[in-house]
Amino acid sequence: MTATLPPETGAAGVPAEPSPAAARPALAQDWRRLVRMGAVGAAAQIFIALSNMPVRLDERVVVKPVLSLGYLTLLIVPFAAGHRVGHQIKREGMAVHAAGAQEVVGGIACGAVAGGGVSLLAVLLANFDLREPLVNWSPILAELLSFGNETWFAVVIWLLIGAAVGAAGGLLRLMGPAARRAVVTMALAVGGAAVLEPLVVDLAEGMRLEALTDRLYARRGGINWSSALGLAAASGVLAVLGRGRIRQARTHIASLEGAKRTRANSGLIVLTGALLIVLPLFAGKLTNELLANVGLFVLLALGLNIVVGLAGILDLGYVAFFAVGSYSAAVLTAATSPRINPELPWLVALIFVVVITGLVGLFIGAPVIRMRGDYLAIVTLGFGEIIRLIFLSDWLSGWFGGSQGITKIPGAGIFGLTDVAGTDPRRVFYLVLAFCAIAIYVSWRLERSRLGRAWMAVREDETVAEAMGINTVNVKLLAFVVGAVLGSFSGAIFSAKVGSVFPNSFLILVSIVILVVVIFGGMGSIVGVIAGSAVLIGVLGGPKQPGLLAEFSEFKLLIYGALLIWMMLARPEGLIPSVRRSRELHQQEMAQDAWLKGQVDDDLDGDDGDGPQAAVAT
Amino acid sequence: MTAANGTARRPLLETRRLSVDFGGLHALDELDFEVHEGEIVSVIGPNGAGKTTLFNAITATVEASGGDILFEGSSLMGLDPNRVTARGIARTFQNVRLFANMTVLENVMVSQHCRTRQHAFGALLYTPSFRREEAEIRERAETVLSFFGSRLVGYRFDQPAFTLSYANRRRLEIARAMATQPKLILLDEPVAGMNPVESAELTGMIGRLRDEWGFAIVVIEHHMDVVREVSDRVVVLDHGTKIAEGDYAEVSTDPKVIEAYLGQGTDA
Amino acid sequence: MMRRRRTRSGAPRSGVDWFLTFLRVAILTVVAVGILAFIAQEIDTDNPFARWANPDATGLTGAQFRGLVVSGVAQGCMYGLIALGYSMVYGVLGFINFAHGEVFMVGAMTGMITSNKLADAGLWESNFIGSLVLIVIVSMIVCTLTAVIMERVAYRPLRGSPRLIPLITSIGVSFFIQNASIVLLGPAAKSYPDVPDWVKDKHTFMQIEGARILVVVVATVSMLVLWYLVEHTKGGKAMRAVAEDAEIAALMGINVNRTIVKVFAVGGAMAGLAGILWGILFRSVIHSTGFLPGIKAFSAAVVGGIGHLGGAMAGGISIGVAESVGPLLILEPLGVSGVSQLRDAVAFAVLIGVLLLRPAGIFGERLPAEDRT
Repeated sequence: MTATLPPETGAAGVPAEPSPAAARPALAQDWRRLVRMGAVGAAAQIFIALSNMPVRLDERVVVKPVLSLGYLTLLIVPFAAGHRVGHQIKREGMAVHAAGAQEVVGGIACGAVAGGGVSLLAVLLANFDLREPLVNWSPILAELLSFGNETWFAVVIWLLIGAAVGAAGGLLRLMGPAARRAVVTMALAVGGAAVLEPLVVDLAEGMRLEALTDRLYARRGGINWSSALGLAAASGVLAVLGRGRIRQARTHIASLEGAKRTRANSGLIVLTGALLIVLPLFAGKLTNELLANVGLFVLLALGLNIVVGLAGILDLGYVAFFAVGSYSAAVLTAATSPRINPELPWLVALIFVVVITGLVGLFIGAPVIRMRGDYLAIVTLGFGEIIRLIFLSDWLSGWFGGSQGITKIPGAGIFGLTDVAGTDPRRVFYLVLAFCAIAIYVSWRLERSRLGRAWMAVREDETVAEAMGINTVNVKLLAFVVGAVLGSFSGAIFSAKVGSVFPNSFLILVSIVILVVVIFGGMGSIVGVIAGSAVLIGVLGGPKQPGLLAEFSEFKLLIYGALLIWMMLARPEGLIPSVRRSRELHQQEMAQDAWLKGQVDDDLDGDDGDGPQAAVAT
Repeated sequence: MTAANGTARRPLLETRRLSVDFGGLHALDELDFEVHEGEIVSVIGPNGAGKTTLFNAITATVEASGGDILFEGSSLMGLDPNRVTARGIARTFQNVRLFANMTVLENVMVSQHCRTRQHAFGALLYTPSFRREEAEIRERAETVLSFFGSRLVGYRFDQPAFTLSYANRRRLEIARAMATQPKLILLDEPVAGMNPVESAELTGMIGRLRDEWGFAIVVIEHHMDVVREVSDRVVVLDHGTKIAEGDYAEVSTDPKVIEAYLGQGTDA
Repeated sequence: MMRRRRTRSGAPRSGVDWFLTFLRVAILTVVAVGILAFIAQEIDTDNPFARWANPDATGLTGAQFRGLVVSGVAQGCMYGLIALGYSMVYGVLGFINFAHGEVFMVGAMTGMITSNKLADAGLWESNFIGSLVLIVIVSMIVCTLTAVIMERVAYRPLRGSPRLIPLITSIGVSFFIQNASIVLLGPAAKSYPDVPDWVKDKHTFMQIEGARILVVVVATVSMLVLWYLVEHTKGGKAMRAVAEDAEIAALMGINVNRTIVKVFAVGGAMAGLAGILWGILFRSVIHSTGFLPGIKAFSAAVVGGIGHLGGAMAGGISIGVAESVGPLLILEPLGVSGVSQLRDAVAFAVLIGVLLLRPAGIFGERLPAEDRT
């Protein structure tokens, strides 16, 4: 076995990185690949331009006078193309070339081709009128693309911009890891500061630090030119100084033994919790509204995560439980509910809501639970839609108000202490936070219990799980019901927060958005799911809730779709994966790596035991 | 070896005229087969004789088309596979089927599912009984794994099952079957793919499984030295029917058996 | 995944089984009572049985009933054409191409754009049949390209991954195409140009609108052509071989990748055709046009048995008729008001019902080797 290992194998059995061969000559390009990538980039550019993103987002300034979000959308593709074209596929035993002029030239060429897409579009815009099908085929777009100049200017400038950005993408390959980290940190700092602008301003007002934000941001949005430079410099310095500290800390925590590690983790949790409790006190309405929305989706995503992430059941109709939770809370608490209106206090109603949703979960779950995974997905989607159609229909409008919905739902009263209504997003957030804590606790405890192990086993191999004595039907059904109950929590909060429920708040697309959140964050990973909601719902916004980039609202669903495809292709385990999920998805690679590192348990290795055969074998 | 052929005692497992059809093909044809407590029975036969089908029928993985299966005197017909396991029959698979991404310890812990009681509420409230049971599950898993010496213990506890070697996967599968606390274990080609040393070691272990843990065991095996070593009794199947039965010496000289094997051109 | 038949001797074993049995009985009872009530009501409107649940039930005249059936059949033919794409892809790759409904929408959109351009040029009125052929060709080409690009970009890299992964990806593709249509073409519904009278008007022949006859005829013809292609050409045989077992087919010298692309292309072309038929029939198209017909077409594929071409068509027609007749036949006599709003719910209920009563579909399913036992 050892004979097949690469000769560079180090002392520890870890193969040393093969030393890079000399850089290739600048023009030794794989031109076909380059043109192909460039052409794909160009098509993407034309699509972005025609989607009206540049025009709509032009108002959102990133760095005061030089860069708006609109133009930024046109820079990303050439940059990515320029960076990607220099990517070398590492093959076993093949030398890896050092990065050099070749990468930069490739980046320039590829970026220019991609940028050429915009040039082409500018020419077409000037000469044809396709306004009929394409709604964004407008002089405004033409003007934006040519910076108010002639068409030829647009042609030249976009080729140049593409080449320059592509070159930057190529240059990124030339940098060492430290420099690259610094650059990425700088970009993230400036970008983050720009994206988080409303949040930062809002918080700064709460903490009486307006002086700081006045300096950082220009009056009508965007970071000041000078502050951007300062911020970049500061973050760059920090990145260089803090080189790998964070990673060190993380590996340190990971390497800690049982009790210490638990202590470190619980310390972190307490810290985060404290921050989340204190933060809203200083925040204005906008931040709290945002936090409440994010929290609501964290709650939904955690519920779906139990179904999809832990038990491996792809439920596309999760919105049904959200809907049932909202409607039953509305019916039980609102005086305006058409048929029955017991006007229960919210907390009492919640008990009934949980029971009702649990029963609906059973009712939907029982017939579908034995179906093949993909049929189950479609059928749950059907159920999700049926539930909405039933709430919408005239048939039951005497009960649920049909398309008029139920309005004037009172807020959630907690023991008469306080009344949580949508008018006070801070209280809503605290309520959501409390339920998120419950949901996190439930997910965390269940995952580490007999039930959680059974879910894992069912996800891995249902037949064997059943042969090992697990009642797969009951176990899966239980996942469905637990998910449903968690979904009903957010439903009940939602109706109290918004004050009204309409069937059209529960479109299938809500299910899909929650699914994207779970997958983006990392199926089966609690931290991942929270991070996923924070990033997606916080920045882009939910199906109907605005995010930080409110200008994106027209495009967010498009981006969700693209993101879902991209995640499945590039990183199916998600942003912050659960260890187990990434194992499942990368099992073969991991097995290979383990083998290369000599960690594999081959049989010679296995004989360190006490068996008498060890002596025989050696 | 314990002679367990006492016909006076009620057998632990008994199939009566058990038949399994696959669309016209009789995989098992009115098979009578029994296993007594504390007995090790080998099932041999040429490929396609219906050996694995017998296991599948007993564990309810395939549907029997006729006959009856009695375990401790009561019928297993119509039970779900998990109920059969709960009654006390565990099995391994011919093509090792572990929960590849679960750790070694988890694989063994999860198979105690039907022997443990804790509900979701116990886990949520973190009750003392939940904690006690978790500790017991873990302890039992460690005990079972330590049966295989140091091969599956220590740092191996937390390794995902797919990193194990082939032989260790087979061992882990046996450990998983043991952890369901069965009365009868069905081993489907337990030494397939092992080298002679490992095979000899496992053969010894099959004996110990009976002697130390008190399981009755049915083994499907192609390696005749293993069969000779472990079996109290050998049952030969061909075309879904029993063509011979007895101790190894009797069976190996039975002309029908020789013909069945030679007719197939298999080296027995 | 190993699948056992559940028809073993003995009573239902768990609560879930009891529930399922109950559901099956309930479904059959509702359908039976609804139909009986309908019949009673047809015989005599003052019949106490008809009046029992719904005192306002008016019943249907024969002409109304026939009209519903015919419109159901026409719609069902479209579902059938879309279902072919689901069925073939599922048969070969074993996953639900959720985005196939959007290919259909792209076809309808392409038809809308081309037909409006033709109408601007005056060709639509002067040579309707010629224009129709032209938009069908354009739409089929565009849809084929869409489906092939989709396969290349989103599905090919995922071949061999766990089966839910490509399904999730296809949900992403579907979402993307729908929203791309919104941002490129705008969110408003768009209409086809006016069609000649002979398409719009009811004909003396059984009082059926020309458009519906057109839909049925075109769908039948293309179905037959497709059937011939799959059963009797080399490419079709390759498709069937890959559906049977891709690995073995590759060993036999069949280019699996190319065959899979062909499957997507054929499915896309059929969806494009269905898109045009939709346009002619309803003369309006919007970004969400593909969603519901897509799901219903998938249901049709399941009802007919995945992997069967004829089954897809039969399933489509069953779903179409069920959703058009079902609400009035079954729900209205039972006292449900506003039944026409529930036609989509009925279509989903048919899917759920079929999966409960007969999960392999009417004609049995043909699945890739790995999905069988």
